[in-house]
Amino acid sequence: MQQATTFPTAAAKPARRGGADLGDAIFSGACHVAGALVLLLLGGIIVELFLGGLPAFRAFGLPFIWSTEWDPVTEVFGAGVSIYGTVVTAVLAIIIAVPVAFGVAFTLTELAPPWLRRPVGTAVELLAAVPSIIYGMWGFFLVAPIMAQYVQPALIDSLGELPGIGVLFQGPPFGTGILTAALILAIMILPFIAATMRDVFEQVPPVFKESAYGLGATTWEVMKGVVLPYTRVSVAGGVMLGLGRALGETMAVTFVIGNANRITTTLFGPGNTIASVVALEFGESETGSLKLSALLALGFILFVLSFIVLATSRYLLRSRLKV
Amino acid sequence: MSASASHPALTPVKDRAIATRLGRRRRRTDRIARTLSLVATGIGLVFLASILATLFVKGFGALNLSVFTEVTRPPGSDGGLLNAIVGSLIQVALATLVGTPIGMLVGTYLAEYARGSRFGDVVRFVSDILLSAPSILIGLFVYQLLVLPFGGFSGWAGVVALSIIIIPIVVRTTEDMLSLIPNTLREAVIGLGSPKWKMIVLVCWRSAISGIITGILLGIARIAGETAPLLFTSLGNNAWSTDLSQPMPSLPITIYSYAGSPFQDWIELAWAGALLITLAVLLLNIAARSLLRGGK
Repeated sequence: MQQATTFPTAAAKPARRGGADLGDAIFSGACHVAGALVLLLLGGIIVELFLGGLPAFRAFGLPFIWSTEWDPVTEVFGAGVSIYGTVVTAVLAIIIAVPVAFGVAFTLTELAPPWLRRPVGTAVELLAAVPSIIYGMWGFFLVAPIMAQYVQPALIDSLGELPGIGVLFQGPPFGTGILTAALILAIMILPFIAATMRDVFEQVPPVFKESAYGLGATTWEVMKGVVLPYTRVSVAGGVMLGLGRALGETMAVTFVIGNANRITTTLFGPGNTIASVVALEFGESETGSLKLSALLALGFILFVLSFIVLATSRYLLRSRLKV
Repeated sequence: MSASASHPALTPVKDRAIATRLGRRRRRTDRIARTLSLVATGIGLVFLASILATLFVKGFGALNLSVFTEVTRPPGSDGGLLNAIVGSLIQVALATLVGTPIGMLVGTYLAEYARGSRFGDVVRFVSDILLSAPSILIGLFVYQLLVLPFGGFSGWAGVVALSIIIIPIVVRTTEDMLSLIPNTLREAVIGLGSPKWKMIVLVCWRSAISGIITGILLGIARIAGETAPLLFTSLGNNAWSTDLSQPMPSLPITIYSYAGSPFQDWIELAWAGALLITLAVLLLNIAARSLLRGGK
């Protein structure tokens, strides 16, 4: 703005100068307002969810967060089970997705021949474009039966016998449940983590890698000794980004998690997540009821959870953003 | 090898044997890591192929002309998806019209006005949070904001929810594309005596246009498949409705309620709808990518 107004020619034509200033004022005003609107949106989301959940927070107090009761008849609600389900499915999804995503990123940056990189990369990114509800249908009609018939019996026979962790792999193989939900989530967040990893791997200065290769290092040693140490903060940021996505995923989880308000020790058991409870129970809650308020309170808790995770992710990825 | 220098007991022969064994082990580790990575990539591709194959097999089997010509009907009476498709098109189109200009202005603000400013950093941070925030919460927010106070579910509420989702996507691409423009270009335009807004609109936007359109297309692809936010806003409607002040049908919501139903013909319609929506989303993505590649 400043430069434009200080030109001497502008002084000779005051009318035109005034017009330009007005245009500038309007345009820059619009841009600033739009920027402020984004802040307003986030603030609005926080305030509206909190206000909506306030009756439930008032009625149940702090124990709302860990109480495992959810009884619409007696109007007693607690977030314990769904918070547990949300965190467990998201963390399991990360455990499954991160090694695969790393493999994809390693392949795309170091192993695959250049002509293959783009098509494979695009294919993996298309996984991120598939709508959540499609994952839900695919998971419910295809993956869950496979889990029930093959994967879960196999896990019960092998890992179920082990002392300690065996308890995680016991119980009837329904197909749906915590593990299946985590698996679907893992596939959904895989492209986000893989894309972040690939991008940061590509930012490692070639001269570092070349020096390691020059010393006789193998491809894996270059990855382990040069690329990973150089990028580990950003890699952690990518993982957090995936975690943030997994926490709030709704439709896919709703299809396959089994939707039961209980905490089971086995990973094959049904459960629920904050998002799935809100999506399923919303239709059955009346306007102004305590149940609706409890659902909004759940939404507020989910927002706080994802905000913390996403903010951490962005903090870890800040070096990448500055480049 | 330097180890042998500190261990004079080792003879050169032994030394070489150790080196060979070490080398073999290193190569084996390398081979295992490479193989596992390729397997991981294969697994990722298999998932995509499996989703597409399932959709094609079940979707094309259920796809026929009446899907496009009939509205949703009770089970067993040969309904279609016409009202859901039209409802989705209307809501996505309006949300794009509302969200795109706002997103472009925010992106422009970040790239052209807010470089290095504290407030700009906050806006950028918040926009990035919104980009990954759970879409179901956007739905709850709009429910609290518009549905409760203004007497019920409506197409407009759905439009607002979807436009909130598309804004941060457009912001991100607009800012990224504008910051690729070299400063010399800006200086040249300013040097010719142009006001800043003309520089941005006529030069910066024009040079970044293919990138911005890419972002818009990706944003459309994203909101076209969104289900969760519409549950609390436009709700869905089994009748033909183009009235935005009433509950409005949409393809994702119809798929959701049909796929979970016990009726075989509804489940088949859900597959047909799923195929349509996935094809649309994937085509938009591929178009966006080729546009970006062609533009560069």
